[in-house]
Amino acid sequence: MGNPILTMKAVGKRFPGVVALRGVSLEIARGEGHVLLGENGAGKSTLINLLGGVYPADEGEIIFDGERYRPRTPTDAYRAGIRVVHQELSMLSQMTVAENLLFESLPQRHGLVNYRETNRRAAALLDEVGLDVAPTMLVSRLGVAQMQLVEIAKALCYESKLLILDEPTATLTSKEVDRLFEILKRLKARKVTILYISHRLHEVYEVGDRVTVLRDGQLVATRPLAGLTIPEIVHMMVGRSLEGERAFREDVAVSGEALRVEGLRRNAKTPQVSLRVGKGEIVGVAGLVGSGRTETARAIFGADPKIAGEIFVQGERVDIATTRDAVRHGLCLMTEDRKGQGLLLGMSCAENITITDLRKISSHGILERDVERGAATKLVEELRIKTPSIDQTVRNFSGGNQQKVVIAKWLFRGSKVLLCDEPTRGIDVGAKAEIYDLLWTLAAEGRGVLFISSELPELIAISHRIIVFAKGRVVGEVVRAEFDQHRILSMAYEEYGLERSY
Amino acid sequence: MRNTDLSEATEVARGRRAAAIWNDILRFAMREAGIAVALVLIVLFFSLTAPYFATPENFLKIFVQIAINTVLASGMTVVILTGGIDLSVGSVLALCTVVGALIMTDRDLPVALSVPLALFGCMGVGALCGAINGFVCEQWKVPSFIVTLGMLNVASGFARVTSNNSTITGLPQPFVDFGNMIVWGVFPSIFLIAVGVILIGWFILRFTVFGRLIYAIGTNEEAVRLSGHAPRFYKIAAFTISGLTAGIAAMVYLLRLNVGSPIAGVGYELNAIAAVIIGGTSFSGGKGSIIGTLVGACILQVLTTGLQLFGAGDNVKPIVIGTVIVLAVVLDAYRDRFLRAIESR
Repeated sequence: MGNPILTMKAVGKRFPGVVALRGVSLEIARGEGHVLLGENGAGKSTLINLLGGVYPADEGEIIFDGERYRPRTPTDAYRAGIRVVHQELSMLSQMTVAENLLFESLPQRHGLVNYRETNRRAAALLDEVGLDVAPTMLVSRLGVAQMQLVEIAKALCYESKLLILDEPTATLTSKEVDRLFEILKRLKARKVTILYISHRLHEVYEVGDRVTVLRDGQLVATRPLAGLTIPEIVHMMVGRSLEGERAFREDVAVSGEALRVEGLRRNAKTPQVSLRVGKGEIVGVAGLVGSGRTETARAIFGADPKIAGEIFVQGERVDIATTRDAVRHGLCLMTEDRKGQGLLLGMSCAENITITDLRKISSHGILERDVERGAATKLVEELRIKTPSIDQTVRNFSGGNQQKVVIAKWLFRGSKVLLCDEPTRGIDVGAKAEIYDLLWTLAAEGRGVLFISSELPELIAISHRIIVFAKGRVVGEVVRAEFDQHRILSMAYEEYGLERSY
Repeated sequence: MRNTDLSEATEVARGRRAAAIWNDILRFAMREAGIAVALVLIVLFFSLTAPYFATPENFLKIFVQIAINTVLASGMTVVILTGGIDLSVGSVLALCTVVGALIMTDRDLPVALSVPLALFGCMGVGALCGAINGFVCEQWKVPSFIVTLGMLNVASGFARVTSNNSTITGLPQPFVDFGNMIVWGVFPSIFLIAVGVILIGWFILRFTVFGRLIYAIGTNEEAVRLSGHAPRFYKIAAFTISGLTAGIAAMVYLLRLNVGSPIAGVGYELNAIAAVIIGGTSFSGGKGSIIGTLVGACILQVLTTGLQLFGAGDNVKPIVIGTVIVLAVVLDAYRDRFLRAIESR
C-alpha cells in the first residue's frame, strides 16, 4: 500500500488479568472504508479506544498520517484528526442540539457565545445528516436514534482524517441507515478514511472496501470485501461455521391463545391497537423506531399508562395497571435498554435472576440463600450463561450473557408471555443464534413471544407471523408463507408518505 | 501429553489456586473489612500515643457517646441505600424527645404505663414524620433532599410549639436509673439498645426480601419496577424506618441526658450521614452495609475522643472529621477500582 494513513505494528493492550489485544498489525489506506469485525470481547472496542485516546497501548507502535501516534487523551485524538463516534452516546442532555454539535469550538463574538452563528452552522450540519429537528431543541428531548444522528453530525463538523464509527446503525431505522451510508460515501469521496464497526454484516458491504476480523484479541485476517460472502466472514469471526440462516422450527405447533390485546390506547391522541399471540407462537413486530412498537409493549406491560383496552392472558381477561399486575398475570418485558432498565448491574447474577419472584426464594419474608443459589445455578446451566460463578456482578458480562440473564430472570418467574424488545441488539452473531434457539425452546413449551426488532431479516428468520406498526397502530400483518421484505418495509413506510423503493 | 507437560500443568493449576486464595483474602479484606481495619488502626494509634485513651473508663464513655448517632445512622443507611437522603432526623429527634418527655412527666400516669407509652409515642411520631417524608417524595416526585429539608424545619417548629419552647425535665427516676445502668460493668444500657437496633437493621437488610429490594432499588429502580415490584412502597418504608429510628434515638437521648428539648439534635443528621458514608455506603445507593455504618460511627467517635485526649480542642476536631469523611469516600473509590481489577483477573 502506497501511503497508508494508519499503520499499527504489533499493538497490544492488557488489562488486569485479561489480554485485550495482542500483536495486532494493521494498515489502513487513505480514503479507505475499512470494516472492523469480531464477536463481543474480540477486542474491537479496545482497538477503538486506543485510537481514540481513551487509554494508551502497552506494546507496539501506531503511526498515523506519517507520524508516531501516542494520544494520551481524547483531545489528542481530535487534534491529530481522529474522530470516534462511540456506541454509548455521551451528550450534554440539558443543552441544545446546536450547543452539543459545536461544543468544542462554539462560535464567539466579543468573548460571548454567538448563538445566531451557532444555530446557523448547526442547522447546516443537521441538514447534511438529514435530521429534521430545530438546532435549539434540548438534546434530552431527542430519541436515541436522533441522538445517534446528532453524534454523527458532530463528527462531520470537524474536518477529520479518520472517522471511527462504533455500531452507528444499532438504533437507526433503515431510512436513516441509508442516509448514513450516503454521507459516508460523500466523506470517502473527500478522502476521509472510515473505520466502521457493526454487527449487521449485510451492511458492511455498503461502506467497506476491506475488512479486518478480530478474534480473542488477535487479528484473524484483513481481506478485500469484494467477493467475500457473509458466511465466510462469520466463519472468520467465530472460527467455525454457523448454519447461515437459523432454520425455522416447523415442528412447534401453535395452539390456543397466549395473549390478546383489544383496543389498547395509550392516550387520547394515539390510535387503538389490537393484537394476538398464540401459545407456541413467535410474533415478529416490525416498524420504524417511534412507530409505537416499544410504546405498545410497555403499555401492555403496565410500565406506561394506558387509557383504554382489554388484555387477555391465555383467554382470561386481566386488569393490568402496574408492572406488578402484569408480572402476576404471567407477562414479562425484556426492554431494549438492557443495562438501563433490565439489569441490576452492580448486583450478582443470582440476585438478578431471582428479583422477579422473591417469594419463591423466601419464607415469611426471610431469604433462603440455598434455594436461591440452587435455582440460579440451574438456570445458568440451562441457558449456558458463561460465568465463573453466580456471584459475579453482571456488569462484567458480555452483551449476550447479559441478555441471557434477563431471559433467565423471566424464566425464573415462569412467565407465559414474553414481550421482547430488540433482544439481540448489540449482541454478536454466535450469541444471537443462541438467543433465537432459546426463544424457540420457550415458545415450544407453550409460551407466546412478541418479538420486536428493527432487523427485518431476523424477524423473517424466526417469526410465525409479522405485524407491522406505523404511526402508533398496526398497519399490516403478514403470515410466514407470505414473508417478503419489500412488502413489510413498504407497509412500515406507507403511513409516513415516503415513496421509497426497496 | 508428555510427563513434563503434565507436571507443568499441575504446577500452573497449583499456582492459580494459590493466587485465587490470595485474591479471596484480599477481596475480603478490602470489601468487608476495609473500614474495620481502619478503625482498629486508629484505636491502636490513639492507644499508643494518647494518654488515658486505652482505659476502661474511656471506652465506656465512647460506648455511651456513639449510641444516639448509631441509632440514627442505622435508619439513615436504609434511606441512603435506596438512593435518598434524610436531613430531618435531627429535628424529628428533637420533636420526639419533647413528646416522650411530656408523656413521662405527666403525673397522672403511673411510671409502668408512662414509659412504654413514651416509647410508643416517640416511635409513632418519628415513623409518622418519616412516612410523610417518603409519601411526599414519591407522590409528587420531589427530591428527598428538599422534602426532608422541609421536614427538618417543620418538625423543629412542632417541637417548639408542643414544648412551649422550653426544656422538659423531671423524668421518672426508674427511667433515669435505667439510662445510667451499666451491664456487666462494660456495656452501658443505651449502647446495648444501639447494638440491638444495628443487629435488627443488619438482619433486615441482609436476610429479608425487603432488604434485598432496598439494595435493588438503589442499584436500578426502573429495573426493579419493570421486574414487577412497586419501588414506591419500599422507598416510603425506608423513610418510615428512618423516622422510626429517629424516635428510638430520641428515647436514647432521654435516657442519656434526662431532658426533652426542642433544640436537641441540631446537626445530628450530618453526623449520621457522616457515619453512613465513612462506613462505605454509596451515596448513590445500592451499595453498603449497616455494619459499616456502626464502624463508621465508631471511627467518628474514637477520633473525637482521641483528639480531645490529645488536647486538641473543639476547633481542631471539625477539621479532622471533615477530612476523614472525604478521605473515606476517596479511598472507597480506589477500593472499588482495585476490587474490580481483582475480579476481572
